[in-house]
Amino acid sequence: MAILDKHKVLEKNATLLLAFSFLVVTVGGIVEIAPLFYIENTIEEVDGVRPYTPLELAGRDVYIREGCYVCHSQMIRPMRDEVERYGHYSLAAESMYDHPFQWGSKRTGPDLARVGGRYSDEWHVDHLRDPQSVVPESVMPKYAFLERKLIEGEYIIDSLKAHKMVGVPYTDEMLENAQADFQAQIDPWGDTDGLFERYGENVPVRNFDGQPGISEADALIAYLQMLGTLVDFSTFQPDPNR
Amino acid sequence: MSDENKNGVDTTGHSWDGIEEYNNPLPRWWLWTFYATIIWGIGYTIAYPAWPLINSATKGVLGYSTRAEVAAEIAKFDEMNAPIEAKLVAADLTGIAADAELANYTVNAGAAVFQTWCAQCHGSGAAGAVGYPNLLDDDWLWGGDIEAIHFTVSHGIRNETDGDARYSEMPAFGDILEEEEIAQAVQFVRSLSGQTHDAALAADGAVVFADNCAACHGETGTGDRDQGAPNLTDAIWLFGGSEEALTQTVTNSRFGVMPSWADRLSEADIRAVAAYVHQLGGGE
Repeated sequence: MAILDKHKVLEKNATLLLAFSFLVVTVGGIVEIAPLFYIENTIEEVDGVRPYTPLELAGRDVYIREGCYVCHSQMIRPMRDEVERYGHYSLAAESMYDHPFQWGSKRTGPDLARVGGRYSDEWHVDHLRDPQSVVPESVMPKYAFLERKLIEGEYIIDSLKAHKMVGVPYTDEMLENAQADFQAQIDPWGDTDGLFERYGENVPVRNFDGQPGISEADALIAYLQMLGTLVDFSTFQPDPNR
Repeated sequence: MSDENKNGVDTTGHSWDGIEEYNNPLPRWWLWTFYATIIWGIGYTIAYPAWPLINSATKGVLGYSTRAEVAAEIAKFDEMNAPIEAKLVAADLTGIAADAELANYTVNAGAAVFQTWCAQCHGSGAAGAVGYPNLLDDDWLWGGDIEAIHFTVSHGIRNETDGDARYSEMPAFGDILEEEEIAQAVQFVRSLSGQTHDAALAADGAVVFADNCAACHGETGTGDRDQGAPNLTDAIWLFGGSEEALTQTVTNSRFGVMPSWADRLSEADIRAVAAYVHQLGGGE
């Protein structure tokens, strides 16, 4: 066949084969990936989603560093059993400021997409220190060292800047006050006006681990306690046709 | 070499170092399966959401969406449970146990709610852990009748999200009393529950207790459920009854926090789990 004879030209010329292979992959990529940037169901806008506060961002870094995503997903799939157990299924918008996202793919432990507010801070401290003390059947390792590792937040601005570079709308004011906001979120008696003004009134401000100083446990618990709490599902109804 | 072998099959005509390749046709069954998958693929993109267009993707003629499907499935089960849940919500809490059909549904539904939302702190068998109350025994901080349990589940304890949450905080007596006084009070508290104690210290501790602790825990140490003050005369300890544990509790003060479930669970779910906990053994 004539077309197969033409194909021989490609097969006999390595550079040309490479160029055309790339062309084919590019077409596939454009068809499969590019629409995600503009079609409606992947860019659904949802009220309440905000960038992470500096403390939560630090907690998220701990989450990634310790590999929590290896055993915990953050993706409630639209299936009845998952919705009944974990809460409303996850929306794409809820991970719009995640770089990289923490959806995970393995559930040795439970899904954490809506763990925020589900347990008390004290439970999280007990559970991170010794998971088996509260859940005897758990196979989770102990993370007691997190509450002993104190952090000041002096480098958190770099993390904010990096996130801004990839599209998270941190303002210059947020960047300037990164360390101040980092420390303000841990002290309910301190000056939290700026933090609330920049990140909203719903930012939880507590001494999360109940101990003096800001520890990595504080940051991680601050992050865990806000997971899945940003969207108010009593007022937001997702479009069922998406 | 010839282009045909003894079976009459052509070769491809290529020859590499004398090695040739038969040009056998593909098996028919394989070829038709392959064609069928192509047709299936085209049909699939017509039936289901597939091709990206300007603003959205094609919807597919079946109108399928995962969101609609999960909503419909949940609605289906809600509808199936609706009559008995309506009965549960309308029922008098204290009357649930008497209605066999309702009690059966309620306790099973409550067990499922408990395993999903409560087991992480209270344990999958409801026996609790240090700092997390055991729900199997007769010792209740805030009351063990079903109305009290229902209120506790609905509003939680010492949380910041529910204005009706049960609230009380024991002061950290490390800031108020001398170490010696704390040691005396600890010995007295141990005497209340019949544990080994230093009688001389306990005698002084009785005075410290009357001045500082009796207001909440009662003059005889039997506690006060209106304030969630535990009974100190029994053998049940939330944070431990050893000298060391008691000293730490008195010095730093310790208390638990329970979330409010009214926003997360339906009234039927809350009633179910309250009834489940009530029938575990300690219900009053």
